[in-house]
Amino acid sequence: MAFITANWNPLGDAFYRKIELYDMGWSLRDGLKDCMVAAAPYGGPIALLRQSQRPSPSARPQLEIYSSSGVSMASFPWKSGPVRQLGWTVCDDLLAIQEDGTVLIYDLFGTFKRHFSMGNEVVQNQVLEAKVFHSPYGTGVAIVTGASRFTLAMNIDDLKLRRLPEVPGLQGAPSCWAVLTQDRQTKVLLANGADLYILDNTSCTPVTPPGLSPQACSIINMAVSFSYKYLALFTDSGHLWMGSTNLKDKLSEVETKVRSAPKQMVWSRRPKSQQPSVVLMWDRLLLVAGVCKETIQYTLDEECVCVAELDGVRIVGASRHEMLQEVPSACEDIFKIASMAPGALLLEAHKEYEAASFGKCFLSNFPPEPFVSMCRDLRVLNSVRDYSVGIPLTHTQYKQMTVQVLIDRLVYRKLYPLAIEICRYLKTPEYQGVSRVLKHWACCKVQQKEEPDESIARAVSVKLGEAAGISYSEIAARAYECGRTELAIKLLEFEPRSGEQVPLLLKMKRSQLGLSKAIESGDTDLVYTVVTYLKNEMNRGDFFMTLRNQPVALSLYRQFCKHQEQETLKDLFNQDDDHHELGNFYVRASYKESKLEARLSLLQSAVDEYNKAKNEFAAKATEEEMKLLRFQRRLDEEKGEALLGLSLHDTLHALLSANYHKQAEQLYRDFRVPDKRYWWLKLTALAEKEDWDELEKFAKSKKSPIGYLPFVEVCVKRHNKYEAKKYVSKVTPEQKVKAHLAIGDLEGAAEAAIERRSEGEISTVLARCSPTTDRALLERLNRARSTAAKK
Amino acid sequence: MAHSVRRDAPELPDFSLLKRLARDQLIYLLEQLPGKKDLFIEADLMSPLDRIANVTTLKEHEVDKLYKVEHKSIVSTSDQLCFLIRPRIQTVKWICDVVNADKAVGKFRRYKVIFCPQKFYACETLLEEQGIIGDVTTDEWSFYLLPLDDDIISLELPEFFRDNFLEGDQRWVRTAGSALHLLHSLYGPFSKVYGIGRCSKMAYESWREQVKEGEQRVRQADIGNVFLIDRDVDLVTPLCSQVVYEGLVDDIFRIKCGCVEFGPDVTSSDKSMKVMLNSQDKVFNEIRNEHFSQVFGFLSQKARNLQTAYDKRSGMDIKQMKTFVSEELKGLKKEHRLLSLHIGASESMMKKKTKQDFQEMLKTEHSLLEGFEIRECISFIEEHINRQASMVESMRLLCLLSLTENGLLPKDYRSLKAQYLQSYGVDHLLTFSNLKQLGLLVEQQPGETLTVMESRVGKLVNDKTAGKLTDAFSSLAKKSNFRALSRRLNLVPKSDEEYDLRVPRDMAYIFSGAYIPLSCKLIEQVLERDGWTGLEEVTRMINGHEFAVTGSNGSDPRGRSDAQRIILVMFLGGCTYSEISALRFLGKEKGYKFVVVTTAITNSARVLESMLDNHA
Repeated sequence: MAFITANWNPLGDAFYRKIELYDMGWSLRDGLKDCMVAAAPYGGPIALLRQSQRPSPSARPQLEIYSSSGVSMASFPWKSGPVRQLGWTVCDDLLAIQEDGTVLIYDLFGTFKRHFSMGNEVVQNQVLEAKVFHSPYGTGVAIVTGASRFTLAMNIDDLKLRRLPEVPGLQGAPSCWAVLTQDRQTKVLLANGADLYILDNTSCTPVTPPGLSPQACSIINMAVSFSYKYLALFTDSGHLWMGSTNLKDKLSEVETKVRSAPKQMVWSRRPKSQQPSVVLMWDRLLLVAGVCKETIQYTLDEECVCVAELDGVRIVGASRHEMLQEVPSACEDIFKIASMAPGALLLEAHKEYEAASFGKCFLSNFPPEPFVSMCRDLRVLNSVRDYSVGIPLTHTQYKQMTVQVLIDRLVYRKLYPLAIEICRYLKTPEYQGVSRVLKHWACCKVQQKEEPDESIARAVSVKLGEAAGISYSEIAARAYECGRTELAIKLLEFEPRSGEQVPLLLKMKRSQLGLSKAIESGDTDLVYTVVTYLKNEMNRGDFFMTLRNQPVALSLYRQFCKHQEQETLKDLFNQDDDHHELGNFYVRASYKESKLEARLSLLQSAVDEYNKAKNEFAAKATEEEMKLLRFQRRLDEEKGEALLGLSLHDTLHALLSANYHKQAEQLYRDFRVPDKRYWWLKLTALAEKEDWDELEKFAKSKKSPIGYLPFVEVCVKRHNKYEAKKYVSKVTPEQKVKAHLAIGDLEGAAEAAIERRSEGEISTVLARCSPTTDRALLERLNRARSTAAKK
Repeated sequence: MAHSVRRDAPELPDFSLLKRLARDQLIYLLEQLPGKKDLFIEADLMSPLDRIANVTTLKEHEVDKLYKVEHKSIVSTSDQLCFLIRPRIQTVKWICDVVNADKAVGKFRRYKVIFCPQKFYACETLLEEQGIIGDVTTDEWSFYLLPLDDDIISLELPEFFRDNFLEGDQRWVRTAGSALHLLHSLYGPFSKVYGIGRCSKMAYESWREQVKEGEQRVRQADIGNVFLIDRDVDLVTPLCSQVVYEGLVDDIFRIKCGCVEFGPDVTSSDKSMKVMLNSQDKVFNEIRNEHFSQVFGFLSQKARNLQTAYDKRSGMDIKQMKTFVSEELKGLKKEHRLLSLHIGASESMMKKKTKQDFQEMLKTEHSLLEGFEIRECISFIEEHINRQASMVESMRLLCLLSLTENGLLPKDYRSLKAQYLQSYGVDHLLTFSNLKQLGLLVEQQPGETLTVMESRVGKLVNDKTAGKLTDAFSSLAKKSNFRALSRRLNLVPKSDEEYDLRVPRDMAYIFSGAYIPLSCKLIEQVLERDGWTGLEEVTRMINGHEFAVTGSNGSDPRGRSDAQRIILVMFLGGCTYSEISALRFLGKEKGYKFVVVTTAITNSARVLESMLDNHA
């Protein structure tokens, strides 16, 4: 413990340290010499493209993928074209950018995923140099071609190529260049000799870094910090200029006294850095140049590669993997000689009592949460830093990348058990945690070609069990993508939400099953989706047959046809021999038809269908309607009436009102209109015309089937009490009281009520009495009522 | 009302939140189409929209002109058109025509279609078929619920009834599920859910599915219990004449989205007037649940009180007068205005409803409900038809007859139908066909035919769907069993006792003491028994699908006991104002508060008009 500060080097006010992360597990005979290397940040994987030992034209280079600890994950001979650059995406996929502009994408295990091209122009001119960069939009690729033109792809998952404007005077590749993201724009910064240009979508702007020492003839290397905020330029005069990327401020300039171009140059700074620095690497020398103009020198004993991190630089060599960083302030507090910071005291306590958390007791007002969560974080970090996993994350990096992403990374590496354990340990909600991991596991599982469908399906269902938020349909979709349709169907059976099964079933051409599932889901919209799909996929006969077996779908389709395809609707009914509905269909159609002949012929079709349906009633009603229409037409032609389309009742009323009694009689007989209706009609029509003589004649013509009270009422309604009175005597005894009351004859009503000895009726009459009513009458009524009540 | 009221009824949660949510989302959607634009609104969305955002709000978000969707070619000159519509095929077709017409003359505009409350696949397919899917952007305005009053929330989907129960089109079920989900996430978690009816069951399942998919928040419940009920469980109640004030106003003047237009005969001026009817209207709030016969007396008492308040002025000195004018007069004036309006409405209703024929109609209805003197009732209906009195009323009586009698005798059915066609036209053949399909008006027949068909179709499909299929068919074969249900549940109080409408003793008061609405009786019984136990025979007669589920987090003993006494009743297919009045009465009696959620406010005329096929 005492030696923990042994490898600390002061740089300005701060310390730098170089610590060993791993003793590399790989065995590279020639080290990293003649290797193209790409190492992903955040302790990501390392890819090597090793040139063949024998330089024969048939020899193929070998592509190898390792974890940060040098554990091999994939290795295969490179059979595609010459590679210009390797790089990693944010999702741990490997990008190989070829000379011809093709970019191939592989997963961590060397499985080819897909490819895309950086444009046709590149095929001819070839890629001179390429860079892979990360921005808030995802992973991007930038290339410069033989024609000295730059092309950018901002996000390889949403490929849009942008060809940048020409750089004046540039021949071949620039002496050095970098991609940077500023103000939500991605630009290229490039140096051509001593000239510096910013290249964006529309223009190429020459720029000058403030205070760059004038001795320089050429800028020969540059580095942009992890956050894209800082820029370092190295000139052929051995000067290292440090400043902001917007080229407004200069931080410092250091004279390195080395004039040859460094092999690699990266920023090393951490959040809240005291002493940012740039790390420069030459063949045998590693130089840390701080803003304070001091430097630290390390000698390198093997070929190395620098990997920029959020809070330092990793140095990967053939035998060792080291981390060079400014000592974090927490460590400094603890380990600095004679430190009295709480951390340092705790450490002392630990030494004395072998239990650090005892020390907490001596701290007043210390909330326990940070302690607990820090302990958790440390456990997680230790487990992923383990040699077998090989993700050497610092705490700062871990916080920046979030647990979510860490879990993803573990999943990409197929470290499912560890991922699940971490989720459980951190109590991540099932949705984002365990379930997600299990889904990935299942998706991976279904791709195992050698295992039979049955056992995979069983394994998946056992493992996933009741885990919340698992979408079996997604897993099934993956199985289908791998050409395992049967397995996909088996997996879909586990999907509890039948709605989720449908799209995939359709894709797999299991449309019948899809339809059943859609109906089962109760989601009409989904049923409709399937129906439309079937309609386009199947021939009409099969389609109808399918619907016939699915009443829900059928009724839905009918609804649609009603609005959109009347003729199809007819075909549907025809196929089902649903003559009743066909009849209805023709009736409906007839009302939309304005021409009488067409209307009649539609109605005739309806009659035929109703007959076939053995619906005599409807057939007869429709026939009568046709008869009525013909009658109306004849009369309209003869007499100029506008009867067409009226109901029988209305027709009769119109005829009676217009004094066509003979025609009305004829209708009455032909259509067997009930007597009651006819009497009502005639009564009303005559009263409306106030044809009182005709009314009286009618009343006397024969015994009224509706009684005579209506006669009284229609007269009263027309304010003709005189006429009304004529009929009062004819009214049946039960209605006498009402009749008398209707004409306002209180006495008559009273007489009738008393005669009938009905308590109810007497009360009705009493209710109509007013203070002006004859006292005697009132008394008689009251007396009669009490007598009636006694009974 | 002077009945035994429990004073400890809990406070209702604040539903205006629903409006705010809807408004915010609408504004967000409008801003997705920046710049000036013309807005086309589906006719039946106008009133609901008006309750959410007024014209000023719309203008603030760069809506230039407002148009009603009229399915005609348009005159707008704006280069951005926004359509706010229901997901209906006809409307989408019209939009396609508009866009294609623009294309034909080479006019370039931006189009945005906002479906309310959700889009249907069929609509998008149509856009695709018409080749304009690339020209329009589509969005959903998830405006599911419109609070009409403190205790009434409407989905404003009148077509739900026909689509679901007649056409067998279940697409609105998910909408109902989403509405329930919204209420659950804002006012839940619900501890108990009861329900009856196939559609209720499906809506419940759809809701549960959405709960499973979404994230759960732990919160204190505002609403404890939920009762879901299908309209076709009880078709008798909405077909009865309404005699409670609010229901009567709806029957006569038609309340639209909580607002009624009183004509000149009511306002006693030459203008008609639109009036919001809700608990904000003090006068209305006191009479809305009263039996009509009580309203006049109440209003005149009120008028006298008002006069007394005015009369206070006579003995006042200047200072008192000043306070009177500044503090009381305005309130009195407002009350005065409202009072005269409601008196006007009552008078107008009185004129119509005290007439002989209305009394006889009520008598017939009551006889039908009681199952008494059926022959006389048939004669009455016959006369009604023969005299060509109102087409809808005739049909209403026919349906009531069929529902209460379990169908008409074949002889009666044919003769009444024939007479009906003579009176109102043969095109009503289609209406009868619809009524039959829904089970509203059927012919009694030996029941084999359906079972035969059922087994024939049943064989063709696999087992799982066969279940649903049988359901679909059993709804065809559905018998109302009204008489037996009425006996079991004592729906018709004994007629030998006088029913004092001033002091109602049960929910029957809403139908003059003649009938307790089946829907409300079921709710009462289930709440009392905390489930369906003991009601097995009833549910069998109703054709089941009943359920009672205790929520997973409902067993929380700390759950506010107040919330447990707030009961959300959701009517799928609509409910009437009378039913709401009955539930308010029940709430007062038992110390509950009911919140009614309905797909739409309905009444007999609306139910029957939705069955017509030939018009519109």
